Amino acid sequence: MRRILRRYARLLAVQIRTSFTLAVQYRFDFFVEGMLAVIWLAITLVPLAVVFARRPSVAGWSYPEALVVVGLFSMLKAVLDGGVMPSLNHVVDGVRKGTLDFILLKPADAQFLVSTARFEPWRILDFLGSVGIVLFAFHRLHRWPGALGVCLGLFLFAVALMLLYSLWILVVSLSFRVVKVDNLSYLFVSIFDAGRWPIHVFKGALRVVFTVVFPLALMTTYPAQALLGTLTLAHALYAGAGGLLFTALARLVWQQSLRSYSSASS
Amino acid sequence: MRRGWLGEAGRDARRLLRAYPSLLRVGMADMLAYRAEFLVWILSMNLPLVMMALWTAVAADGPVGRFGQRDFVAYYLGMLIVRILSGSWLVWELTMEIRRGILATRLLRPIHPLWAFSATQLAAVPMRVVVLSPLVVVLYWVAGARLPVHDPARLAILAASLVGAWLLLFLVMALIGMLAAYVESALSVFDLWLAAQSILSGFLVPLELMPAWVARLARVLPFRYILGFPVETLIGLESNATALRDLGVQWLFIAGALLATIVLWRRALRRFAAFGG
Repeated sequence: MRRILRRYARLLAVQIRTSFTLAVQYRFDFFVEGMLAVIWLAITLVPLAVVFARRPSVAGWSYPEALVVVGLFSMLKAVLDGGVMPSLNHVVDGVRKGTLDFILLKPADAQFLVSTARFEPWRILDFLGSVGIVLFAFHRLHRWPGALGVCLGLFLFAVALMLLYSLWILVVSLSFRVVKVDNLSYLFVSIFDAGRWPIHVFKGALRVVFTVVFPLALMTTYPAQALLGTLTLAHALYAGAGGLLFTALARLVWQQSLRSYSSASS
Repeated sequence: MRRGWLGEAGRDARRLLRAYPSLLRVGMADMLAYRAEFLVWILSMNLPLVMMALWTAVAADGPVGRFGQRDFVAYYLGMLIVRILSGSWLVWELTMEIRRGILATRLLRPIHPLWAFSATQLAAVPMRVVVLSPLVVVLYWVAGARLPVHDPARLAILAASLVGAWLLLFLVMALIGMLAAYVESALSVFDLWLAAQSILSGFLVPLELMPAWVARLARVLPFRYILGFPVETLIGLESNATALRDLGVQWLFIAGALLATIVLWRRALRRFAAFGG
């Protein structure tokens, strides 16, 4: 077991080194993309500013509280852009061109190899900026989360990362069945975007979808509530259990899909 | 001499008229072949629905400006419809073809590539109309009184504004796409355009709810004439006189963009010949 772990740690290091070399090669591109990420973040704050200029609170959320959700959202988004999307695009490309076969032939877990294929290291800057937003929001609130709040918040953020990853694995599995799906990652991001709003903004069917089917509530609202001290322990545990269940399900679907994958090249 | 030039132009036009229906048919067949992708694209247009949810929650305890809950629903449904109808993907196609040199094969054909591109993009519209028809029914149910069903003048302005919106976005995409002959990051330029557009076109927030100076600025920039203006005409936020004036502004932008496209196309092509070898 230890041997296996060590082997995978070494593999991970190799994959990260490759990505880093690539990133350093295309410095200018990443600079441009970094600037664009900042601009997009600023633009998505506009509706928030317009709404809260008109109302002191929306669906029970004040401006700084909603800002905590936005901060957590853009932390997740940085992870998505830096650690998840690049690999996703790589695999979808591989399925279409048939180069996925080379990965499947390698003597290591395919899910691991596929998930670590590409990283964009510069996204760490986005992540730090997003942490800044959360800190600024608490500064505006004039109250800071207690130890329990921070622990719960971190736990739920870890759950959120797991959920994000599972959703991604589900999307990749889908790309096995519907091969010509270039827009799949675009769709994924567009739905994920709704996570910048507290779940209580949504009513009826949308709320159910964003809690159970595409669990955005678990990813941004719940961790934010934990930090704000408005989440009960029972809710947090339910969220954690739900996250684990979702992850297990995703792994299952991935293995099913892999069995039905027939190469594009043969 | 002059007649010769005219005769040639006439022959070109006749050739184009003969070829265009086939080009449209090819485009439609393409659309059908990639229907899964089309569906995914439609589903990814969900941002107006999210904004609708947000604003109806805000308007739950009283209207915001002129907007009550129903107005927000009508506005964002209209936005969704206009966004899907006027959308193109020319900029991605053009940058890709320039980068890989595929554009060269298009240049060999006896029809101007921009005409061929326009046929591919237009061919996608009928299927969108079919997909959108249930949304139009919902819109009629929510805000029937606001729609220009009994106002032929406004209906005509709306139709012209929709054609204009499609054309303006197509030309902008052509302009930005051709930058790919000069710089590698033409798509990043388009990303910047999209960022500005999402704010200044009324896509995220109706312009009249923005600070007054933003709304004023939006009137003299092209973004609003791609999305916000047709939507405002559709759900009757503007008087017919104002809408007619805005229509004039929209077509002025189109004329300007067309001129710029023609000039830049010639220059970029010279550059492309050097690029593709």
